[in-house]
Amino acid sequence: MTLETLIQQLMNGISLGSLYALIAIGYTMVYGILRLINFAHSDIFMVGAYFAFFFVAVFHLPWAVSAILAVVLTAAVGMIVDRAAYRPVRNAPRISALITAVGVSFFLENLGLVTVGARPKAFQRPDVMSKVVPIGPAAVSGVSIWVPILSLALLALLLFIVHRTKVGMAMRSVSTDIETTRLMGVDVDRVISYTFAIGSALAAAGGIMWACKYPQINPLMGIYPGWKAFTAAVVGGIGNITGAMIGGFLIGLVEIMTVAVLPGLSGYRDGIIFTLLLVFLLIRPTGILGEPLKEKV
Amino acid sequence: MKRRHLHLILTVALIGVLLLVLWWADRHLGEFPLRVARTGAIYVVAAVAYNLVNGITGQFSLGPNGFMALGGYTTALLILPLQQKQFVWFLEPQMWPFNSFSFPWYLFGLALLLAGVVGALGALVVGIPSFRLRGDYLAIATFGFGEIIFVLANNLIPLTNGPLGMKGIPEYASVFWCFGTAIVATLVVSNIANSSFGRAMKAVRDDEVAAEAMGVNVFRTKMLAFVTSGFFGGVAGGLLASLITTISPTLFTFAMTFNLLIIIVLGGLGSITGSVVTGLGFAIMSEVLRVVEAPIDLGPIHIPGVAGMRMVVFSVLLILLMIFYRRGLFGQFELSWDWVLSVLRATRGVRKWKQERKTESS
Repeated sequence: MTLETLIQQLMNGISLGSLYALIAIGYTMVYGILRLINFAHSDIFMVGAYFAFFFVAVFHLPWAVSAILAVVLTAAVGMIVDRAAYRPVRNAPRISALITAVGVSFFLENLGLVTVGARPKAFQRPDVMSKVVPIGPAAVSGVSIWVPILSLALLALLLFIVHRTKVGMAMRSVSTDIETTRLMGVDVDRVISYTFAIGSALAAAGGIMWACKYPQINPLMGIYPGWKAFTAAVVGGIGNITGAMIGGFLIGLVEIMTVAVLPGLSGYRDGIIFTLLLVFLLIRPTGILGEPLKEKV
Repeated sequence: MKRRHLHLILTVALIGVLLLVLWWADRHLGEFPLRVARTGAIYVVAAVAYNLVNGITGQFSLGPNGFMALGGYTTALLILPLQQKQFVWFLEPQMWPFNSFSFPWYLFGLALLLAGVVGALGALVVGIPSFRLRGDYLAIATFGFGEIIFVLANNLIPLTNGPLGMKGIPEYASVFWCFGTAIVATLVVSNIANSSFGRAMKAVRDDEVAAEAMGVNVFRTKMLAFVTSGFFGGVAGGLLASLITTISPTLFTFAMTFNLLIIIVLGGLGSITGSVVTGLGFAIMSEVLRVVEAPIDLGPIHIPGVAGMRMVVFSVLLILLMIFYRRGLFGQFELSWDWVLSVLRATRGVRKWKQERKTESS
């Protein structure tokens, strides 16, 4: 491999990884608080991309405005999903909540198929994203540069919210011990709602940037990125936000680099990530940064 | 007569009656109702085994589509006639040994058995890493497994013929094969559920830590449930391949698992007889619900038909079930001979009492 392609592939891997990191955070935050795998998260990601698509292509709004509106609306969708589907089963057995999550995921996918159709739509990306930028000897597309920068900014904002604000403190408290937090006078349901809003907003941002990177959107576009992001959350240590970021970058790089080094395996691309997941469960189930599971009896 | 003997006799009698009904149906019903019935029976095979994991052992698996894919491909490779094999693999030659033999019709049972064994091996491979941990890792691992199978089926062209799949699989899966397998699966699973293994599974579901403290080997208990479900998942996949005579990787996507999930939730997580009833019911219901995809004319209002509406209805149904009707139709209740006999006795008692009252008043 020449230096040129190496740089290109590295940038490609980093930008993909930063998207996985953005999605993975939504999974890991919800899991950390509710111990629930939010299967619908991957479809929230798709919803975000579609909102942006409609604002740009149908309402002809400026790009930045559309993106922000889409993120806000998707955050609202995340809160609605929590309120309508997850809150009623919160005190039910865990398996009921998981089945509900699968149901919501399937609902969003099929609602998308029925309303906007299965045919992929071409996503208009802003010109900055398609411009080619030279880095050393390599020519890298604007997407591969802007996506990591924007993602890192969002991740920094998230870390600020979680560690420096009152809501963030409440979130950390709820994820440590939900009952005690309730006794301290915190409105736990509202904190959970905010968690869904933040996770969904990040997923929407990820979805919009994903659509800039691969400018074809369809109602099932969320499934694979979603599951790989979930893998990233597990690899990083589920429940741990920094872990999800590390896991995301790792998964993105592994995915791009295996195919770059061994082009013969390109058909097996998706299989490699899931095999990595099984291997991780076998050798280090708590992930890179995860603490050993404590048992409460 | 001991109660167990009575139950055995009643069960055998019921199976006999069922076979007679099937024999009649096979001769007198048309192609379409029989096809729906066979599909329903295959759902029963897969759902009953799936319920053993999700309902009785309380472990959330999303794996049936992977096991069914393993079984479907195994069966198809074994029973596809040699001539058809040469015809299907026209891009690349098929790999040895499958290109050199083909099972005749009387070995269909063996093919299904091998499909089950392959499914069980798949379950073993996923189960070992996932069950070393507590929590929901099984859901992720089984989903990942299904996707790995999908990727392999698409890429291992000498073995699976890739995205094109196989066609011309002999249709050995008659009404008797489908329902016979469904009966065997139901009996095996309900016997496991009522044995000491089954009680260990229920203990693990209700409180894993307590079960372990009481000396239940949690890992082995979960593995037993999961490998059994892998076995019958494989058998169900084999039957399905032979029923629809063509297979390709897209037949065994996550939608298959989703259907089975609806079946076991609607029937009641943990109720085997519930899964039998809803498994058959689901096959009928998904035909009936084609109505919602057809165009509707309400005088001046015309609603065009939307393909895919059924899945929207099903997913809403699943969410509503979980919120408002979590126990499903049967809850953890089983249709058992004890129950049937007690109902009969009760109705006889009521009749007797009414008669006595009538004679008193007259």
